[in-house]
Amino acid sequence: MTDISVPVVPTVASKRGVFVQLMRRPTSGVAIIILLVLVSFAVFAPWIAPFDPSRASVGPRLGGPDATHLFGTDLHGRDVFSRVVWGARYSLPVGLATLLLGLVAGGALGVALGYIGGRFDAVGARVVDVLLGFPAIVMAILVVSVLGVGLVKVVIAVAIADIPKFARVIRGATIVAKQNLFVESAVAMGARSSRVMFLHVLPTIMPTVILLGTLNLGGAILSTATLSFLGLGTQPPTPEWGTMLNDGRDYIRYAPWMMIAPGLALFLAIISVNLIGDRLSEIMDPRSRGRE
Amino acid sequence: MTYFVRRILALIPILFLTWSAVFFVFEAIPGDPVNLMLAGVPASEEVIANERARLGLDKPLMERYAMFLGRAAVGDLGDSFRTRAPVTEMILEQLAPTLQLAGAGLVVGLSVGLFLGVLAGLRPNTWLDTACTFTALAGSSLPSFWTGMVLIYVFGSILGWVPIVGTGLDALILPAIVTGLFIAGDFARLVRTSIIDASRQDYIRTARAKGLPPIKIIGKHALRNALIPPVTMLGISLSNLIGGAVVTENVFARPGLGTMLVDAVLNKDMPLVQALVVYTTAAYLVINLIVDILYGLIDPRIRHARAMT
Amino acid sequence: MTREGAAFEAGCVEAAPLLDVEGLSVRFGVTEAVSKIDLTLSPGQTLAIVGESGSGKSVTALAIMGLTPFADGHIAEGAIRFRTRDEGVIDLATLPEPKLRRIRGSEIAMIFQEPMTALNPVFTIADQITETILEHQGGSAREARAEALRLLKKVRLPDAEAMLDRYPHQLSGGMRQRVVIAMALSCRPRLLIADEPTTALDVTVQAQIMALLAELKEETGAAIIFITHDMGLVAETADDVVVLYEGKKVEEGRIDRLFATPSHPYTRMLLDAVPRLGEFNDTALPYRQPVTIMERGVARQVGETQVQDTVDRAAPLLVADKLTARFAVKHNVIGRATHLVHAAEGVSFAIHPGETLALVGESGSGKSTIGRAIQQLVRPTSGEISFDGQAYGAMTDSTRRALKRDVHSIFQDPLASLNPRRTVGDSIAEPIRIHGLLQGDAAILDRVQGLMAEVGLVPDHHNLYPHQFSGGQRQRICIARALAAEARLIVADEAVSALDVSIQAQIVQLLMRLQAEQGLSYLFISHDMAVVEKMAHRVAVMYLGQIVEIGPRQAVIGAPRHPYTQRLLASVPVPDPARRTTRSSDASEVPSAMRRVGDPPVQVQLVEVAPDHFVAGA
Repeated sequence: MTDISVPVVPTVASKRGVFVQLMRRPTSGVAIIILLVLVSFAVFAPWIAPFDPSRASVGPRLGGPDATHLFGTDLHGRDVFSRVVWGARYSLPVGLATLLLGLVAGGALGVALGYIGGRFDAVGARVVDVLLGFPAIVMAILVVSVLGVGLVKVVIAVAIADIPKFARVIRGATIVAKQNLFVESAVAMGARSSRVMFLHVLPTIMPTVILLGTLNLGGAILSTATLSFLGLGTQPPTPEWGTMLNDGRDYIRYAPWMMIAPGLALFLAIISVNLIGDRLSEIMDPRSRGRE
Repeated sequence: MTYFVRRILALIPILFLTWSAVFFVFEAIPGDPVNLMLAGVPASEEVIANERARLGLDKPLMERYAMFLGRAAVGDLGDSFRTRAPVTEMILEQLAPTLQLAGAGLVVGLSVGLFLGVLAGLRPNTWLDTACTFTALAGSSLPSFWTGMVLIYVFGSILGWVPIVGTGLDALILPAIVTGLFIAGDFARLVRTSIIDASRQDYIRTARAKGLPPIKIIGKHALRNALIPPVTMLGISLSNLIGGAVVTENVFARPGLGTMLVDAVLNKDMPLVQALVVYTTAAYLVINLIVDILYGLIDPRIRHARAMT
Repeated sequence: MTREGAAFEAGCVEAAPLLDVEGLSVRFGVTEAVSKIDLTLSPGQTLAIVGESGSGKSVTALAIMGLTPFADGHIAEGAIRFRTRDEGVIDLATLPEPKLRRIRGSEIAMIFQEPMTALNPVFTIADQITETILEHQGGSAREARAEALRLLKKVRLPDAEAMLDRYPHQLSGGMRQRVVIAMALSCRPRLLIADEPTTALDVTVQAQIMALLAELKEETGAAIIFITHDMGLVAETADDVVVLYEGKKVEEGRIDRLFATPSHPYTRMLLDAVPRLGEFNDTALPYRQPVTIMERGVARQVGETQVQDTVDRAAPLLVADKLTARFAVKHNVIGRATHLVHAAEGVSFAIHPGETLALVGESGSGKSTIGRAIQQLVRPTSGEISFDGQAYGAMTDSTRRALKRDVHSIFQDPLASLNPRRTVGDSIAEPIRIHGLLQGDAAILDRVQGLMAEVGLVPDHHNLYPHQFSGGQRQRICIARALAAEARLIVADEAVSALDVSIQAQIVQLLMRLQAEQGLSYLFISHDMAVVEKMAHRVAVMYLGQIVEIGPRQAVIGAPRHPYTQRLLASVPVPDPARRTTRSSDASEVPSAMRRVGDPPVQVQLVEVAPDHFVAGA
């Protein structure tokens, strides 16, 4: 619409402003609090957890929740609550590492494809599109089949599986950024490719990259937990949430707390991250707010 | 017309490229297939050499490449290391339950996603929007294996409404809900954004200026345009669905390709893994083709664009 | 003058007005976009609402249509009295939405500025026209379709029968606007509101559409509210004029009186700033004139009168020799190109130091491509460009890079050509940093501030960001950047087209002053002949990628020889109500520049008809 709309808030938002806006809405505000709790679990686990998570028989086997064991005990008599608290140390950083790895690798590929263009891009984009077709889980499972099981391998596998997704989005963003008139102006003025890339293109796509990261952090946590659940990640007795769910699977009838607690923790972690990401995208792109 | 024909014809070279990629990836995997097959059972040099010849492993790379492509096209990709049965047969056996699950999950996911997305998109920034968006977000944040287990516990154990195991239609309900929720969330959010985008377009302003009633403006003008991005996303949703099926089959102990894949990987049953990858990608490409055709039907600009995609 | 008096002066037969707006104020949040506006309109009268951006003219139109709530605004006060066909006079400002809907599209219709996006891309033309008819008048689908066909013929669309089943993307901008007009007229409205309906169209298409509107006005007897910023269009169509400035009405009156003796300073400024084609016909060289600017509601003049005798005829600065640029567009199955767009075909010209060469043409003429080729953004298919006697093709890479200093471009959208994340000071300093012209941040800042002062900006604002400046100021920033590069040739690609007319005049004056002081050359690419006339020494007219006429400004504009040039000049609206002409409303379109591979267009031969004045095929 032409000259009728109210002037749009510039998208160059300050960092402080963003945080305040996040806290303003109840959904993202609560999400931040939940996330802080979980992060503190991870950081202060040795002090918060009442029992040693790997020690067996600190309580009855398959005992229900009570005053000493908030979330009950598992098959080996280990305290579930302590295991959940310690689990934060594995599930959260692993998810973050996976995301960063995938984002950097996929981002580099995407920027290269978008910026260089030409035949390199024509072929590369096709390949990426085809790879995008593999369900990420399948791809990750494939990579694990080659590398072997273990938490680090899972991180690499999920990161590799996510590369096509990130590459494609960032490639798109790079192409759009390159079409900006100020980029063309810079080229017309005689700026070298490196200058154009670092001074003009990268800063322009940075908000998209950050947004992409926050929106996918939840998914990364989920994917790593899924692979652990399938038995391909950490090995017992490591108290990772996904593995705990795998343990609890056979005892749903008798000891449901074994799976409810770690699953709940996982869910809360993912949904808080997603809520924050969603709110962040609203802030950075007024379009999605509706009438603006 | 040319658009549709072009897209169908383009399938062949893309399929060729994809399968080539699969072949070379598998070639790159370290480990001698014959040793893997034997799985630790000692055998003489002669037996090993015989197996090699039988599998055609002693032929040069290019010849094996050509053989691979030919075999993949006719559906003969060798025998499983573990069961010694032809992998194609094994896949076909397990195809039905997975398709059932994917289909049911798709129906659940699309309907829920569409419902939430449309409600949220039509009334942005109201409590209805917040409620729907939150629900969609929650849906895509739920770890499907956890949801599955919780549902099994609540509906299966406690309430006993639905059976937990089995292959009947009622046993499909819980798994379908779990798989569906997985894709509903992202779909709902995309629908919401595209409805909001479409509502802000100039042609909506024109429609209002013509004095059309709101129901026509949204229902006819906005909606048709708003469906375009979600349709293009269908392809990705479907591949997510297959991924979700892998997990769901595991949780509900349903037979299917998902369980088969995980087992095959854990058992290092390479021919089976390879075959699964080959046919899943082919399926994905076909689905993409269908999505492209749908897209062409909805948006006349695509149909008439003559440039090659 | 009272409202009744104004209506009486309008000389209409019915004393009772069709539309009576009284004290209208519209707010968006806390901002008041329109303050206490009064206007009246009689049946069959054409009223022009004139103003620049921010004047509130579009907002007023939306308010009359009852569309303000959909743009997040609301009518704060005032009445909009409309005389309906059957229900007497009603107040649209307080009418509930369902009743407003019945009036919209049937008794009052509106057409908007952007024909490219006004139509829904997924429905056919027939569908979009018939739905209005069916909504307001009922009837069968077949009847509606027949009516749609009749309407398409009425707006002079060729091949109307086939047009019904086409989709909007298959039509050009001019054709789409005709469809929009047909849609608007479908229910025989008594009032048609046209909000800048021709701004996005080429000038020849604009002329056709204006002629069409004039004919339709005669045929249907509808009253028209014509909103525009172009005084030339006002002079051509309006009976009465209302001038808006920052949301308030500053002047109104009959058209001849307003143009002859404008009373408010803003109106005077608007009329002064409008380029009048032909006013420089007597002078060989362009000359600068003082510009009127509005400062806090008071008009004052800046600048001086100066003949622009800046050309150094010794040796040309830039020579283009048979420049050809072709782009592959359609490909066959194996990827080989089947069709080429011939953006430029055998274009040759020269620019001397201190000279302004204007490259004029409509969309698709290839003028932008030439500019980009000179700026090394596009590689020509054949032909050569030489700067200072050196051919581009023969240059080393480093010379070519240095050339990007000597040749600098400014574009139509200054906001888009500045990085929103960098301060304007940094953006201006960019060429200095790229080419290492100065060392040290202090020296660079000094120079930047000096340049800002030179182009009329406040030097202390170097720390601000582009979005904090106005459109005209941003263009000054871009000019400062060109000066920072110490450019010798500036390619101005529609550099003033998106600016308000008053700002345009100021920027043109700035460019001319800089040319006189620093001996700059300009390749001034534009579609606006009147602006070109103000500052060009020589003019080249392009059509379908070829130059059809080139020569001194006085010759080409004063006495054009090529039929296309004549048509182009004839299409320019004249801001003088006494000189109205009738034009053809036919929908003749510029043919496409796309041709099959192996079927190149015929190269026109230029013939010298007068000293230094060349015309194609004369």
